[in-house]
Amino acid sequence: MLDFCTDPDLLEGGRWLACYLTTGKHMAFYASFGTVLLLLAVTAPVALLFGFGGALAARSRIAPLRWIGKGYTAIVRGVPDIAFFLFFVIALDQGIEWLRHQVKCPDWDLPIRQGNDFVVCTAAKMPLSAAPQWVHEVYGFALAVLTFAIVFGAFAANVLYGAMRAVPKAQLETAAAYGMTQRQATRRVLIPQMWVYALPGLSNLWMILIKATPLLFLLGVEDIVYWARELGGAKTQIYAYPHPDWRLWYFLALLVFYLLLTKISEIVLERVTRRLSHGQATMGGRALRGKAA
Amino acid sequence: MKHLILSAAALALGTGAAMAQDTIRMGSEGAYPPYNFINDAGELDGFERELGDELCARAELTCEWVTNDWDSIIPNLVSSNYDTILAGMSITDERDEVIDFTQDYYPPTESVYVAMSEDADLEGGVVAAQASTIQAAHVAETGATLLEFATPDETVAAVRNGEADAVFADYDFLKPVADEDPDMMIVGEPVPLGDGIGMGLRESDGELKDTFDAVITEMKEDGTLNELLIKWFGEDTTTYE
Repeated sequence: MLDFCTDPDLLEGGRWLACYLTTGKHMAFYASFGTVLLLLAVTAPVALLFGFGGALAARSRIAPLRWIGKGYTAIVRGVPDIAFFLFFVIALDQGIEWLRHQVKCPDWDLPIRQGNDFVVCTAAKMPLSAAPQWVHEVYGFALAVLTFAIVFGAFAANVLYGAMRAVPKAQLETAAAYGMTQRQATRRVLIPQMWVYALPGLSNLWMILIKATPLLFLLGVEDIVYWARELGGAKTQIYAYPHPDWRLWYFLALLVFYLLLTKISEIVLERVTRRLSHGQATMGGRALRGKAA
Repeated sequence: MKHLILSAAALALGTGAAMAQDTIRMGSEGAYPPYNFINDAGELDGFERELGDELCARAELTCEWVTNDWDSIIPNLVSSNYDTILAGMSITDERDEVIDFTQDYYPPTESVYVAMSEDADLEGGVVAAQASTIQAAHVAETGATLLEFATPDETVAAVRNGEADAVFADYDFLKPVADEDPDMMIVGEPVPLGDGIGMGLRESDGELKDTFDAVITEMKEDGTLNELLIKWFGEDTTTYE
């Protein structure tokens, strides 16, 4: 808060704008950009991990593991993201509370479902009612990250599964001829080589993940879309800084933010592709060799 | 023996008091000034914020405010994400089947149309209203085409950009809009709707309902509720006898 902002009614022009753009509400808006970046930073590796597990499970020689791996990708890929988000977050939240209820309140005699109500004992609430608001927000955010990771993990699993199959068979046969076990061949030959095949698919996923972050808004997390809509809406005199409908400008700012984010991503991903292509039997790898020679 | 019973009673009272100190999570929308809105400091403000804080203070409850989208405000109450709704929610029979209401803390009121011209077609034109409100239900019953939006602000924006001929909402919400924008005006006859605004609670939460009912009665009797109504809605607002 700037020091000349005490009485917004007397301000004009640039000063008004400077004060307006530094209100507590705008600070929350700026902070929510961090929320989106944090979501990306946490979700991407977790989703990759889920995808890796899913791909390995789908390739497994043990039938039940294979079923789990293939079932996971088939189910999640086949359901619209929004439907999955809406269902999963509620189901997960109630599931966690139900489990905690069973453990913490074994002698609770009332039904958990009373008509429309879902009521668990106070000790089983997740988070506890008495917990400060930020704990509730972190919990909501964690649920969102988990849901994002499950959804994008399924797509990543499919990409990685395809990439593992794209590694030339001769490489694995050679590994076997050198006396490596199946496990050694997977770890030393297959996985290091598959990335270059996985990268186009994974970079696509990353772009889609960036663009899917406004779904946070749907999950009740106060993200940039929430604040842009809230701040942009027309404000009457009851607010300290009344203004007409400015949603266009706020959404324009979001547009620029997302374009910048995807542009930077493209540049970084291109560099990673170059690096991974070195020494690979792919078009990209051959092109790099051609230049060197 | 008598001592034992007394101490047992004290113990029971003690646990009762401990129960009462649980945090009550108060749900609101934060988008319906002057009932409830997010002020420039980023905090929930408005008539319901002030009323709710006072109710909690009188009932000796610790309360924490939560904002939630209007669309999912009832589902999230019944799944216990918060314990009450104070969001300008009119008491209606349909809602009463799903949740419970305290007595009204805002008397039955009138809803009005706001449009860009005096001769807006309210019966056959396009009328904007917030989804799942009594106003939306009312528009659906008239001959007008109902255009629903998730937030109150969007319903007004729809009239400004010509998408709708008029917006239909609570008088107190639309009055400042019509007053401050020279292009917009209240048109047609006011329509009395609903049974007043009450606090929504889970049906299984009878005890909490009784607690809040008692303090609302108290505030009605000592005139503090009327003072709050006049403070937020002006001298002309309907107050309690």
